[in-house]
Amino acid sequence: MVYSGIGISPQDVANSRYLTVPYSANLRYRWSTGAAVGRFLAELKNGKIVGRKCDKCKRVLVPPRMFCERDFIQTSKWVYVQDAGIVDTYSISYIAADASRLEKPLIVAVIRLDGTGEAGILHILGGIEPKDVMIGMRVKAVWKPKRRRVGAITDIRYFAPAGDAK
Amino acid sequence: MIFMTDKVAIVGLGYSGFSPSTDRVSYKEMMFEAAVKAYRDAGIDARKDVQSFICCTEDFWEGNSIADEYMPDQLGGALRPVCTVAADGLYGVITAFMQIRAGLVDIAVVESHSKLSDVVSKDDIARFAIDPLFGVRNLDPNPSFLAGLEMNRFLHETGNSRESCAEVASKNLKNATSNPRASYGSKKSPKEILSSDVLAYPLTKLEASKPADGCVVLVLASESRARSLAEQPVWITGVGWCSESPWIEGRDMSSAGYASTSCRMAYKMAGIKDPGKELDLAEIDDTFSYKELQHMEALDLCGRGESGRLVERGFTARDGVLPVNPSGGSLGLGYMAEATGLHRILEASLQLQGRARKMQVKDAKRALVQSWRGIPTASGAVVVLEGGP
Repeated sequence: MVYSGIGISPQDVANSRYLTVPYSANLRYRWSTGAAVGRFLAELKNGKIVGRKCDKCKRVLVPPRMFCERDFIQTSKWVYVQDAGIVDTYSISYIAADASRLEKPLIVAVIRLDGTGEAGILHILGGIEPKDVMIGMRVKAVWKPKRRRVGAITDIRYFAPAGDAK
Repeated sequence: MIFMTDKVAIVGLGYSGFSPSTDRVSYKEMMFEAAVKAYRDAGIDARKDVQSFICCTEDFWEGNSIADEYMPDQLGGALRPVCTVAADGLYGVITAFMQIRAGLVDIAVVESHSKLSDVVSKDDIARFAIDPLFGVRNLDPNPSFLAGLEMNRFLHETGNSRESCAEVASKNLKNATSNPRASYGSKKSPKEILSSDVLAYPLTKLEASKPADGCVVLVLASESRARSLAEQPVWITGVGWCSESPWIEGRDMSSAGYASTSCRMAYKMAGIKDPGKELDLAEIDDTFSYKELQHMEALDLCGRGESGRLVERGFTARDGVLPVNPSGGSLGLGYMAEATGLHRILEASLQLQGRARKMQVKDAKRALVQSWRGIPTASGAVVVLEGGP
């Protein structure tokens, strides 16, 4: 026999006619950043962007990794890269994390930093109107003041059109 | 060309971590180190020679949903066939075994790691695994009570004693003192173990394994590749796996039914009729002290109710008739979540290759490896390993 089920009205739910079991899991983590990302974050505090170079494919990986996924060898050295580059792709997000409508949209972009080869980092654009953003445009990091940096990607407030950076 | 190949062997072993915490590396860096060692041990180029990568991981231990996606790079698996098995590492070994036996691939890699030091709310993850509709989750006890319930019933039905359980913990902690990978080796008498704090009666604190970080990577190969790659291949001659009902109150808590069923499957494949006599050593689940006894009986290493006496008489000591957990097991090395089964494979393989150094069991030719997936599960797997040509 297959249990055929019954219709439930909103009133049934409001009257607790059919019970549910609510539960909120307590999930807490504290990830080790490791050798590569750990140093990357520490350098952001100093206003610098550091990557790791693969000797085989010559890419500079930013954010850094201790290994190259293409060549499966250890990356060989730390390389500082410019805090400026070009917009590889972007999207203009009109919805917030809770899916509500944003009045002022967020411009998310992949930025190919100068001197990295093919690798790019994900960040947001600022100091620019959505209609003016273009793939291939030059942008530069706008940093938080040094005393407010904590060693996080948000130590860079956003990337702004190069030349306009304050 | 598709063909059925008869035998499958482990041809490369690599590991990293094996410490209560590994703060200086990310889990990815820990995996990379183990992978590089395993490929060097096997003498292979991962980017060219490996046709399948299998990871054993569970999202909640990782702290990432769809954690599978983050596995390829540090194994050399980017743009290659990769899949994840959300279970203990032995299930990954069995998956690789099947892929090779089916003739689909020649060389497969199996990986599992534990970064439990990154998980702040470990007990909450075990509690989250309990069926929400049966309400136990909301009674709010620490989930170790489940081990207490099981232990109490096991002792009651089999006549084994709490002293014998303490003897297991004492043996494994001592065995771990000669294992370079062990974090918790120590000399503790059964009396000290019994008088440590009670976690959940009858289980005491020193009878429960503590968490450890670590990663194990294995390279498996078909017979023809194994013979050209490895001087000392470790053959996988039997596999089995099984899940009981998740209904905690309804299952037989005294016997580990999942272990009995999976070992019968593996023994049949390996042609083993009298495991107690035909095996030279066993690395079996000892997440809690009583689990080793319960598993010895479920795995037919001895009769029902006999395990405790055998342990007390030294039958399972490293120089005993059938050494059980000569590595120190989870009690001595630490509990490594889904990597637990692979750490047992690592220890058993080193034994069969004669590379176990101070832990070496004499004339070790055939080993049993068994894992249990921990609280609140009744699932586990068995693998039979053999050394020799």
